[in-house]
This record gives sequence, structure tokens and C-alpha cells, in this order.
Amino acid sequence: MKQELVDRIKSDPDFLKLVSERSRFAWILTIIMLVIYFGFVLIIAFDPSFLGTPLSEGSVTTIGIPIGVGVILSAFILTGIYVRRANGEFDELTRRIKAKAKGE
Amino acid sequence: MKAFLFLLLGSMAIFAGEALTGAVEKQPLNMSAIIMFVIFVGATLGITYWAAKRTKTAKDFYTAGGGITGFQNGMAIAGDYMSAASFLGISALVYAKGYDGLIYSIGFLVGWPIILFMVAERLRNLGKYTFADVASYRLRQTPIRTLAAFGSIATVILYLIAQMVGAGKLIQLLFGLDYEIAVVLVGVLMILYVTFGGMLATTWVQIIKAFLLLSGATFMAIAVMAHYNFNFETLFATAVQMKDLTIMEPGALISDPISAISLGVALMFGTAGLPHILMRFFTVSDAKEARKSVFYATGFIGYFYILTFIIGFGAIVMVFQNPQYLDLAKQAVDGGSPILGGDNMAAIHLSHAVGGDFFLGFISAVAFATILAVVSGLTLAGASAISHDLYASVIRKGKTDGLMEMKVSKAATVVLGIIAIFLGITFEDQNIAFMVGLAFAIAASANFPILFLSMYWSKLTTRGALLGGSLGLLTAAVLVILGPTVWVDVLKNAEAIFPYKYPALFSVSAAFIGIWFFSITDKSESAKQEKEAFEAQFIRSQTGIGSEGAVEH
Repeated sequence: MKQELVDRIKSDPDFLKLVSERSRFAWILTIIMLVIYFGFVLIIAFDPSFLGTPLSEGSVTTIGIPIGVGVILSAFILTGIYVRRANGEFDELTRRIKAKAKGE
Repeated sequence: MKAFLFLLLGSMAIFAGEALTGAVEKQPLNMSAIIMFVIFVGATLGITYWAAKRTKTAKDFYTAGGGITGFQNGMAIAGDYMSAASFLGISALVYAKGYDGLIYSIGFLVGWPIILFMVAERLRNLGKYTFADVASYRLRQTPIRTLAAFGSIATVILYLIAQMVGAGKLIQLLFGLDYEIAVVLVGVLMILYVTFGGMLATTWVQIIKAFLLLSGATFMAIAVMAHYNFNFETLFATAVQMKDLTIMEPGALISDPISAISLGVALMFGTAGLPHILMRFFTVSDAKEARKSVFYATGFIGYFYILTFIIGFGAIVMVFQNPQYLDLAKQAVDGGSPILGGDNMAAIHLSHAVGGDFFLGFISAVAFATILAVVSGLTLAGASAISHDLYASVIRKGKTDGLMEMKVSKAATVVLGIIAIFLGITFEDQNIAFMVGLAFAIAASANFPILFLSMYWSKLTTRGALLGGSLGLLTAAVLVILGPTVWVDVLKNAEAIFPYKYPALFSVSAAFIGIWFFSITDKSESAKQEKEAFEAQFIRSQTGIGSEGAVEH
């Protein structure tokens, strides 16, 4: 990539917007996933019997089952949220940046 | 068989599921399984023939021409991740320990969202054939490629040994073939797929197998649930009657916070450093397809783990204490209610319980197909590190053409295949449970930190990456050897020098700190240039400008 092109893209407001919004979004989602997973792991490490609490009076199913399945679902949902926004908003910004880089 | 159970449930529970180990007994010849497996091999060899005609350039060979869609790639990634050992191992863990099996599978899943948010798009925008392309993008080619290739080959070989030994044992159990014949068969078929069909054949074999495995597992889960009117409470209540209440809560799998976190780090960052997984991101056309791949892969893998959880419980209610699957000879000696072939056969017996001989044959054939597909992907990743990183970039300094590089890659595939057969036979009776754990530790401590910082940290220099990455690699290897899994279980010492089974927390930290320290203290002229080159790399990683077409670097 030529320095002149680098300088031009670097000062493109669309590029600055893409970089700041996408990285903020990605970090927020990453932190949510880390909190969910390591929260789950720390419960196992410090208070495993909590996950063994029956779901309701007299039931065999424990609270750990929906929580565990919930962690699996949260991973899928978080990726879905990211892909949805990236495929729309971020790809549109990228397309504009590329068009400007080629056109001018 | 006691050793087998000990390995699966004892000290190395987490990774033992990935590496079927211990003694198994050869079973009588299973004809319906063999017929279905022959059909699978015939179909995949047909695909390989078709793929071979379309594999003309190095790009075709390494990346299937770059035309795989996000959905197909998601399926293939899920296929790479759903090995036979993880299917049988996780359902066996649920069968034996209940809730602990779920904890285990969650750890393997949660790395995927992180890969999507942090790595996938930038990787696609910067790389060409291997993750070393990205790691060495603005750094000195020779040292960084050598280290990355070394990390890749180490990961691949360790993983490959675990798969080959697992394959031999599984085939003995499922088909009644000799161990050596099974290992040679897997090795030869894998060489055929990869050398002739390259990434295109490897990907399609993986997609077909993922489809078969998901279909078979879905059928089993539905059949189990239909028995209990799709009521989980009834299923769990019946299972608890068979065993006891402890299967509904965390058991002994994770005991102290340090082990818990260290394991989480290994699984999360290890997944993001596995060369055969990272390579799949170069088979799609752009960043958009790369991110779609992860979305689909996460969905398939998560769904698969939920199925294995139901299958494990299904095995408790339908296989455990079922006289049909009881190993009477073993029961006479050890008591309890051991099942034929050991706990890893829980899912296989369940397939017989719900679908009879025919379905048993189908699931056995799928299990074998799974091993073939996984070892093919691994071998291709190893061969690429040899041909693209070591041969083309380090030895020939980029002065070679794609055709020559492809020839080297095919030769490397044959050599790796022969090595895998040889090691598979050598390690038949060895304790190899630590190998997948070590592979993950190396991937997390050497491959991932260099890759991640090369994309995120402008001040990274060659010296930092080389010294810090090597430090991570060494720390991981040394701590695994001094830890309980090798020092006690393999070397038979009384007490481990390093107390934790999973070293990732320490070795990944060592790598990151090492890379940081040796980068910021690097005042050389080349370091200055490398820092300046970050800007252009950053723009490409964000937008993909420059990644279309064949950009040599």
C-alpha cells in the first residue's frame, strides 16, 4: 500500500468511524462473553453446590442445567448480534471507504 | 479397563475425551458398519477425484480456490472441532459424571465468539494461506515464519498422534479390525484425500461428515427424548434413580480457582491458535464470509454439545445397567456395571439401543469418517506450514513459484502421513492423554499471542515476537512435563513438581509479558521500521483493501 493512500484513508472520517465503533462493539461483546464464561467457571470453583440447587421444590432438574445451556446459547446469540451489525452497518462503511480509496 | 476409566475420569479428564486411551478389546467383525463405511470412503474418494481436477494452483490447494461460502465453511469448521473422540468422549463423560460433561463442552465452545470479535476478519483481510502470513506480515520473515511453522507443526503432530491412536482403538472396537491395519488405513486414505484433492476435498469430506454426525446425533437425542415424552425432568429423574443426585451438579472436574481459570484460558486462546482451524479462514472470499463462518460454526458446535449432553443422559437410562451391554467378564472381576468396550462406547451402545444393528453400523461408520476428516485437516495444515512457511519463505526466500510450492506441500503430506502412521503404532500402548492438552497449551501460548499482538499492537517487533513466543512455547512444554499429567501419570513420579494440570494461565502470561518486554526494549533500526509499517497493515486489516487478488508479501 502506498503511503499516500495510507494517509488518505487514515484521515477518512468513515474509516475513523468504522475503526472506533467496530472495536468498541467487539470489545464490549468480548467482555460480556468473558464475564459470562469466567463467572460460570468461578461459581464452579467457589460454590459448586449453588448449581446443584433444584429448579423448583422437589424437582430433580437443577439450576445448573438452564445456566449451562444458557452459556451455550449466549455464545451463539452474541455471535449473531455481532454478525448482524457487521453485515449491515460496518460493511456499508467499508464499502464507502473502498470506493473513495479507488475513486479519487 | 480400570486404567482406561482412570484416564478418562481421573487426572486428565478434560483432554482425555479428545484422546481415546487405554486398553480396548477387539470386537467381532461388524458387517453393517463396514458396508456403510465403504460407501463413505467410495463417495469421498469420488469427491477427491472431482476436487483433484479443480486443484491446479497453490491457491486451489491451500484454500480451495477461496470460493467456499460462509455456511459451508462454518460446517467445515464445526467438523474440524467435532472429532470422533469429542463425540464419544464428551458423551462418555456425561454418561459417567453427568453435569461435568456439560462444563467440559462449554469450555470448548466459548472460544468461538472471541475468535469472531477479535481475530476472524483481520485474519481474513491480512492472510493468504497460513496464520504465519499474518504473524510475519510486517516482521522479519525468516525468524517469525520459522517459529510459527514450528508452533504449527508441534500442534499438528501432537493432535495427530492423539487422533491416530484414538482411530486405531476405535476401529478395533467398532469394526473388529487389527490396530495396525486401522492406523495404516486411516493414514493412507488421508494421504489420498490431501495430496490429490487439497483443501477442496478436505473441506467437502469435512462438510459431509459434519452433516452425517449432526444428523445421527439428532436422531439419537430425539429417540431418547421421545421415550420420555420430551420431558427433561422425567429423563433426569430416571437417570438419577439409576445413579444418584450428584450427576446433576458440578463434581470433581474442576476443584480450585487457578485450575479453573487456567483451563478456561487454554481452551479459549488455544482454539484461536490451532493452525488447522485458522487455515479455514482463508478458504472464504472476504471478511463478511469469514464472520458468517464463525456464526454458523458456533451454532453447529453449540447444538452438537447440547445433543451430546442428551445422548450422555440417554446412555445412563438406556445403556447403564442394561444387561445387553454389560461386560460380564469384567463385572465378575471388578464389580459395578461396566459396559462392553468401556465408557467411551456409551454413545455407540445407545445407538444400538435406539436404532438396532443398522443404526449402530451407521454411527460406527460416522465415527470412523470423523477421524478421517479431522486427520486430513490437520495434515493439510502441517503440510502448509512446511511448504508455504518453511520451504517457500524461509528456505527459498519467496523465490519460488506456486507449482513448486504445491509439489513440496504434497510431498510434505506424504511424509506427515507416514510419520502419523509410525507414531500412531508406536504410541499404541502409551499414555497419550496429555497430548491434546499440550497441543492446546502450545497453540494458546505461542501461536495465539504472536498472532494477536501482530494485529493489535503497533509496537510489536521481530525480537519481541521471537523471544516472547519462544518463551511461551517453552514454558508451556516444560510445565506440562513437570505437571501431574506427565511427571506423575507418564513418568510415574510420586508428586508433580508443578502442581497444576493446565499451565496455560502461566505460559500465556509469560508469552505476553515476554513479547511486550523484548519489543519495547528493542531500539534497532528494523524495529522502528516494523512499528511504522503497522499503519498500512492496520488499514488493510480493517478494510480488506489490498487483500483481493494475489498480493505477495
